[in-house]
Amino acid sequence: MMTMLGGEPFLLVSKQEQQNYPLYIRSVPSDSELKFHYTVHTSLDVVEEKVSAVGKVIVDQRELYLGLLYPTEDYKVYGYVTNSKVKFVIVVDSSNTSLRDNEIRSMFRKLHNSFTDVMCNPFYNPGDPIQSKVFDSMVSSMMVQTC
Amino acid sequence: MSPAQWDLPPELCCRPMAFVALTGLDVVYNAVHRAIWDAFCANRRADRVPISFKVLPGDHEYPKCRTKRTSYEWYIPKGILKTGWMNKHLNLVPALVVLFYELDWDEPQWKEKQSECATKVEIVRTSLQGRNTKVAVVLIQKKTPLPPGEDVMASERAAALCNACDLSGKSLFVLPHTDHLVGYIIRLENAFYEHAQTYYYTEIRRVKSHKEFLNKTTHQLLFVRHQFKTAFFSELKQDTQNALKYYRAAYSLIHELRTHETNILEIKTMAGFINYKICRLCFQHNTPLDAIAQFRKHIDLCKKKIGSAELAFEHAAWMSKQFQYFGDLFDEAIKLGLTAIQTQNPGFYYQQAAHYAQERKRLAFQLCGGPEANLGYPAPDPLETPTGILDFYGQRAWRQGHQISTCFKLVSQELIIALLSNAVAQFKKYKCPRMKSRLMVQMGEEYYHTKDYAKALKLLDYVMCDYRTERWWGLLTSILGTALRCSYLMAQVKDYVSYSMELVGRASMLREDQKSRIQKNVAKVLKNEPPEAEPDCDPSAVKAAQALWNERGSQASGEDLILEVQDSVPFVQCKARFLHPSFHLDVPVQLHVFLLTDSPHPVRFSKLCVSLSNQDYNQYCVVDSLGQAPAQEDMCLVPGRTHRYSFRFVARPEDVGKKIEITGVDLMLGSENGRCIFLNWRGGGGDAASSHEALQATRSFKRRGRLPENEVDWDTVSIQASTMIISRVPRISVQLHHEPPALNNEMYCMMVTIQSHEDIVARDLKLTAGLKPGQDANLSHTTHVTLDGSKMCDDSHRALLPDIPMGDLQPQEKMEKPLSIRCSTTGPRIFLVHVAYTVDTCIEGRDIVCKCHKDETVTIETVVPFEVAVKFVSTKFEHLEHVFVDVPFLLMTDILSMSPWPLHLVTSELQLAPTMAAVDQPASQVEEVVLQTGESASECFCLTCPPVHHGTTGVASGQYVMSWKRKSANATIPVVNTVITLPHVAVETIPLYVHADLPSFGRVRESLPVKYHIQNRTAIVQEVEMSVEPSDAFMFSGLKQVRLRILPGTEQDMLYNFYPLMAGYQMLPLLNINLLRLPAVSGQLLRRFLPSRIFIKVTFNGPANSGIESGARCWSYPSLILTVSQRRSSKVLRQKMGRTVPLLCPPSPNRLSRR
Repeated sequence: MMTMLGGEPFLLVSKQEQQNYPLYIRSVPSDSELKFHYTVHTSLDVVEEKVSAVGKVIVDQRELYLGLLYPTEDYKVYGYVTNSKVKFVIVVDSSNTSLRDNEIRSMFRKLHNSFTDVMCNPFYNPGDPIQSKVFDSMVSSMMVQTC
Repeated sequence: MSPAQWDLPPELCCRPMAFVALTGLDVVYNAVHRAIWDAFCANRRADRVPISFKVLPGDHEYPKCRTKRTSYEWYIPKGILKTGWMNKHLNLVPALVVLFYELDWDEPQWKEKQSECATKVEIVRTSLQGRNTKVAVVLIQKKTPLPPGEDVMASERAAALCNACDLSGKSLFVLPHTDHLVGYIIRLENAFYEHAQTYYYTEIRRVKSHKEFLNKTTHQLLFVRHQFKTAFFSELKQDTQNALKYYRAAYSLIHELRTHETNILEIKTMAGFINYKICRLCFQHNTPLDAIAQFRKHIDLCKKKIGSAELAFEHAAWMSKQFQYFGDLFDEAIKLGLTAIQTQNPGFYYQQAAHYAQERKRLAFQLCGGPEANLGYPAPDPLETPTGILDFYGQRAWRQGHQISTCFKLVSQELIIALLSNAVAQFKKYKCPRMKSRLMVQMGEEYYHTKDYAKALKLLDYVMCDYRTERWWGLLTSILGTALRCSYLMAQVKDYVSYSMELVGRASMLREDQKSRIQKNVAKVLKNEPPEAEPDCDPSAVKAAQALWNERGSQASGEDLILEVQDSVPFVQCKARFLHPSFHLDVPVQLHVFLLTDSPHPVRFSKLCVSLSNQDYNQYCVVDSLGQAPAQEDMCLVPGRTHRYSFRFVARPEDVGKKIEITGVDLMLGSENGRCIFLNWRGGGGDAASSHEALQATRSFKRRGRLPENEVDWDTVSIQASTMIISRVPRISVQLHHEPPALNNEMYCMMVTIQSHEDIVARDLKLTAGLKPGQDANLSHTTHVTLDGSKMCDDSHRALLPDIPMGDLQPQEKMEKPLSIRCSTTGPRIFLVHVAYTVDTCIEGRDIVCKCHKDETVTIETVVPFEVAVKFVSTKFEHLEHVFVDVPFLLMTDILSMSPWPLHLVTSELQLAPTMAAVDQPASQVEEVVLQTGESASECFCLTCPPVHHGTTGVASGQYVMSWKRKSANATIPVVNTVITLPHVAVETIPLYVHADLPSFGRVRESLPVKYHIQNRTAIVQEVEMSVEPSDAFMFSGLKQVRLRILPGTEQDMLYNFYPLMAGYQMLPLLNINLLRLPAVSGQLLRRFLPSRIFIKVTFNGPANSGIESGARCWSYPSLILTVSQRRSSKVLRQKMGRTVPLLCPPSPNRLSRR
């Protein structure tokens, strides 16, 4: 299972006024899709806290991977923030032990690359929901792998 | 089974403390005993030893001790832990029994008392048969005891008493009943505590000693039991580290037990107990991470131990409790100073507890086949046992195990909601606003399930805007769906319509057919018909709701509902804009309202009205079916098409300078005979999503297809909610003629020329002229404006002349008005000329009086016209530091023009102070002089200073008044008088004054008589020595050297006859004067008053001589000298002339120099 979401790309983003609406969200079709949406949404609490903490302490700015955001009973939620403050969130089943930190990290990197390609598309208006076949297929292939 | 079954027993949750029983105290009737008891139990703060005291009667029966088992060989335990065990050791079996007995050492009837005490001890011992409980005796004494060892009788009797009671010396205490009761009690307590610890230590040893009899096959339960008991005794002994160790051991043992259907509940119960204890101790030891790890382990181990499928609900309830208790423990630890973090706080545990509670409810529903199948709790409770209490924790009343009652009480919803609200409180504390919102949604849904729709709506409504501002439309849609069902079931028309509109609108993620269904329902509501039920509603509730709707329908016909849609995302969007940010009064104000609907079906409205800040205009901004009757299709909004409604009105003259704002736009749906719903947008429209959409639209570079004529692209419309009404453009010209800069204090002339370009008469022309308000406050005091230029302004004139009536101005007529301005300080000033008038115009058939005005501002610099420099010089034009009394000196003024315009000096006047006197009548020497820029003029006055009082050093000289105007000013302009105060001058008196009388020039070889006057100005006789030094240029006759006496106040004349030998400028023979009495007055000083040189001419023969004589007063005629030079050695003379002409300047004629 994985979902992904973005905030306002590019921008002007001062941290106060960054927005957190979904640019792209996808999950393995199931009854509890809504629950995933809620999980992703609530995980933004932690993402925001971590992002603002980065601003306070000068840590390595190049580290975009935020790691495990928080464990719930059933899922693990991982986060990633690009330099332009676009957030990626991946939710995986707690029981899925095949995914280690490194795998998640590389998944995020793939997502980021693909997202950069989308942003490079001159016909894509930054801030609009992502409707890209290439991006879709990349996400699908990643989800097939993990399931 | 009620959920209370899972509540932990109180004896487990409390902090175990050593139990000490006090006997022999009569706390009811004996005041002394009462005081002792109070001292024990009052003020038990943390620094006192942890003991729980109880007063028991002397013959109290303690629980019987069962006979000790010698072998466990045939013993099969029936359960892990008996339900009464913990309570027994906390409250029933004391570690120590203390017997209080009143006995003084000097008791006369000692023997009797001693044996009575021994009997009492014996009674206690008997009732504690078989227990290891200690017994101690406390003697309550009236006297203060002597220091140990001094009271021989006391030690003897104490030993005897110990003997009689079979007590060790350590167990006998004396409590003197004196002032220091509390101090004694605390010491007693500490002694009791030691005894108690010994007791619990032996108990631990005793339990441990059973271990060797146990075997792993039949006594597995006992392993757990013994570890638990050891741990519990350790806790009683306050040895928490060891307690934790034993509990951990017990916990791992319990999971080694074989689980089957019959004992799984017992195992889970005990595991829960032990887990609780471990977590609690971990928090107590300030190792929260250990606690969390233990809890996770516990959950992971027990999560799968569901048991039989039908009992899954029970498992869920148990899980819920586990989380809840851990949350409570965590929260309690935080209250005691632990810091939690965002990702690890009690909220998560409460949330999980709520989750399991919901799970339990769901499973229970499944089991019962829905809430309708709830049969109620059976009357004879099948769980009731004869004693009311089960023997072992976690066992069922029936042991068959497979027969499961499906009868249970439904979990009270309050439990779930309470857990959720606990979690909400925690997440709020740890900065998780989104988690909080999510839990509130869950609470709302929970309320919805309990049919408390009002509360559900309140919660959902509260969080909806969070999701709306975060633009999570998927979640918002789901919340709106629940809210819509709530409002339907309560038949809340307003809420129903508002949620429906948002669900139909563009923010909703619903499918088109669902949107269509909802929109049809809205249409029904507008027709005052009950809408169709929402799917997934409880059928019984729907029935009730339908009745409610019918009732609503019958009650409220023609009811107006106003919906504020600004903060939601309704299915109609609105943008209103004024065509321009400002409108002139003579142009009609134009206003467009754009409407767009994104619903599946067209929307028909019956009225559109715009409210403006001035309500008088509202009547012009209405579209309805009654008024101008627009085409029917105009009243129907087609989905996806932008509709435009234009309004125009003429602004009122009194609104000039004001802002007109759109305060709201109202769109009426429905009709008068059904139900009216007003959608109200505050300001110029827009809703919760529109600002972001507008931003995205401006970023987007997608070209929209060309739209047909008269259609507008929605995204290109921007809101313009306010406009300014500004006055009509004036059609007059105002010109200013003047010659800047202004000169300080002059009457500066400015000509204002007004010319009308209007086609009609400009009436009531009014001129406001002067200093522009809002500048430095000092400027208004130093600037004066008048229309009358012939008189000088003074302070009574104002800086700004307001509203000077000018009458009417015919078309093309020209009008002039001169202004005079006087600025008494320098610097720049902004002047304003404001011309206001009115014209009558007619706009769109309405006559209005337009006020117009034209402003002209000009910045005028004020400069100093000239500078005057004053200096005092001697008659020989030498600079003077001070002047001498009654000795003539010269006052010179230099006037330097700084004005860019030519200055006309009308006259000047010297106004001398009384301390000064003019030598002759001083007349102005600069009268009618015109100075160009940079030129200067000088004046020179010969003055003397009359005697002054002794000691006066400086005297005032007076004033110098310049009268002037600019050259270009006409005759009527008044002359400016500029007063310059002359500087003070230092005055000195002089004892002797010498001056010479000699002609202005001499001739070679002609006698030149010179008379020296020597004046004694002192009050004493002065002896003067005089001598004349010889000179090459002169021969002379007279006294060459003489000593004479001059009487006070008299004058001595000395006559010399000089005979010049050479022509030209010649040094006169030097006159030396010495005052014998005042050697300080040197000849040098006196010589300053005497001429040092004289011009000697060559001898003339003939009449020309007399001509020169006549002009003798004027020494400086260069032409004359030239004439002379032509005759004599011209070269030498020309040289002399070049050098001497300025020096030759005599003391008074006009002197004017150009620079």
